[in-house]
Amino acid sequence: MNIINMTLKEMSAALQEKKLSSKELVSFYLDRIKKYDGDVQAFLHVNENAVKQAEEIDARRANGEALPALAGIPIALKDLIVTDDMPTTCSSRILKDFRAPYNATVTDLIKKEGMIVLGKLSMDEFAMGSSNETSYYKQTRNPWDLTRVPGGSSGGSAASVAAGLTPVALGSDTGGSIRQPASLCGVVGLKPTYGTVSRFGLIAFASSLDQIGTFSRTAEDGALVLSAIAGHDPKDSTSAPVAKKDYTAELTGDIKGLKIGIPTEFFAEGLDPVVKERVEAGIAKLKELGCEPVEISMPHTDYAVSVYYIIATAEASSNLARFDGVKYGYRAESENLYDMYTATRSEGFGPEVKRRIMLGTYVLSAGYYDAYYIKAQKVRTLIKQDFEKAFEKVDAIICPTSPSTAFKFGEKSSNPLEMYLSDIYTISLNLYGGCGLSVPCGFDNSDLPVGMQILGKYFEEGKIMNIAHAFQQASGVSTDVPEGFKG
Amino acid sequence: MSITDKDVRHIAKLARLKVEDGEVEKLAGELGSILNYIQKLEELDVTGVEPTSHVLDLYSVTRADEAKPSLGTEKALANAPEAEHGHFKVPRVIE
Repeated sequence: MNIINMTLKEMSAALQEKKLSSKELVSFYLDRIKKYDGDVQAFLHVNENAVKQAEEIDARRANGEALPALAGIPIALKDLIVTDDMPTTCSSRILKDFRAPYNATVTDLIKKEGMIVLGKLSMDEFAMGSSNETSYYKQTRNPWDLTRVPGGSSGGSAASVAAGLTPVALGSDTGGSIRQPASLCGVVGLKPTYGTVSRFGLIAFASSLDQIGTFSRTAEDGALVLSAIAGHDPKDSTSAPVAKKDYTAELTGDIKGLKIGIPTEFFAEGLDPVVKERVEAGIAKLKELGCEPVEISMPHTDYAVSVYYIIATAEASSNLARFDGVKYGYRAESENLYDMYTATRSEGFGPEVKRRIMLGTYVLSAGYYDAYYIKAQKVRTLIKQDFEKAFEKVDAIICPTSPSTAFKFGEKSSNPLEMYLSDIYTISLNLYGGCGLSVPCGFDNSDLPVGMQILGKYFEEGKIMNIAHAFQQASGVSTDVPEGFKG
Repeated sequence: MSITDKDVRHIAKLARLKVEDGEVEKLAGELGSILNYIQKLEELDVTGVEPTSHVLDLYSVTRADEAKPSLGTEKALANAPEAEHGHFKVPRVIE
């Protein structure tokens, strides 16, 4: 059985027909982690109880118990989703060895589904970064070229799925942290509508923007996992009142007659010509499948990065105030409380996190609050209106995910602003709050993956997943693991 | 927009971060260049535009006032760097 190329549906069928056991499936991926994670460096922690948990699922199945569709299938979690049986570090020194006293709602839902958590995945520290280079522990590498970054901040999630170390993974997206690494690693990454998946137990970066989503080889796999984790949660007051549903029901593969908006502003200066060519070829394919491309304008696109770096850092400076050496995490010993706070935070946080806390503190400080923070919230309204106007005319928006393919380590890390601009095409969506995904649409001349972004209205995950599904069926863009990971 | 060394020290104090003397100038430069970029927003007239703080139409979400189990002292203190008599312990506050 060729497990590595199996879809979740095929795995589920094989498990139910007892052609495959969960123990075999989990062991297969644990072996691959052992063999390849030395190169990829995606896992911060591997679950030592995974095989035992798989055996329990197998035993329940052998007893004739009716199990959920994904029971026995492995998954891995970005290390900012709390788990009561494994450490959660946010790739930060300040949470070294932290063990949460409870599970995130998504962790509970994954377990309720019977999925087996393989481990916790590396990320940029506190999800602040676009390359995984800000992690305190390890730099995850891009499986397509180990000298290049996997993107970020969910770099470990993207790289682990790309290398076939897990069939699916969860990440989080605040300004592109699912879609950009998915694009750079050649996998499907979905950011659902804000509020679709509970944020309870997701360690907060920017609360009005953060959203948990999926990484998978196919859109269908992503839709299956989303069906397991989406839905209203009374423990999260910003959770949307959405009913549980089967997102695969909308994956008909029929996208005839859909209007797809092509925003001119997303194809302008700064876009790598090869990326542009591949995305345009993707749009041509969608046209062949019956979609009608419509040129649209999103006039406030140019302001999105500025708005984002005010709002996200302001919210982060407030959220990260809880890391003070009192209740959990690292503490630097000092004579008095004030010195303990400052020493703990200065030694516990890395440079990028400190930079963003300082920027956020500045824009919220007396005399600057109106000029920066309120102004940014007003421009956020204008960006939101750009989307609302566009969606009056079109069903979905198609654009590149990232202005370039995977870049080299160190290429952008010395210039914070340049790094921020690598999220230029993903950030607007978080400010609007809708759903979006990145689907592989080809490779550049160095065989690095290119991603095409599909953006949708609030709660229209099914529609954009169906476009991605139809595209994957028709385009023939490979979902194989890279050479070097096939053995 | 330029950020002075004094600004950097002030922000660091507000954020409870220690900035070494040797880092001040570098941080002032980095924060200054980001703020310069952000200045772009000044081009826009936002008179009459309502600010967006949250994208969903959810206001004052409440739930029924029913007691539910909580973590309990032991679990809540399990990660504490220092704890004593069922409390978090911190260095001296009052001189």
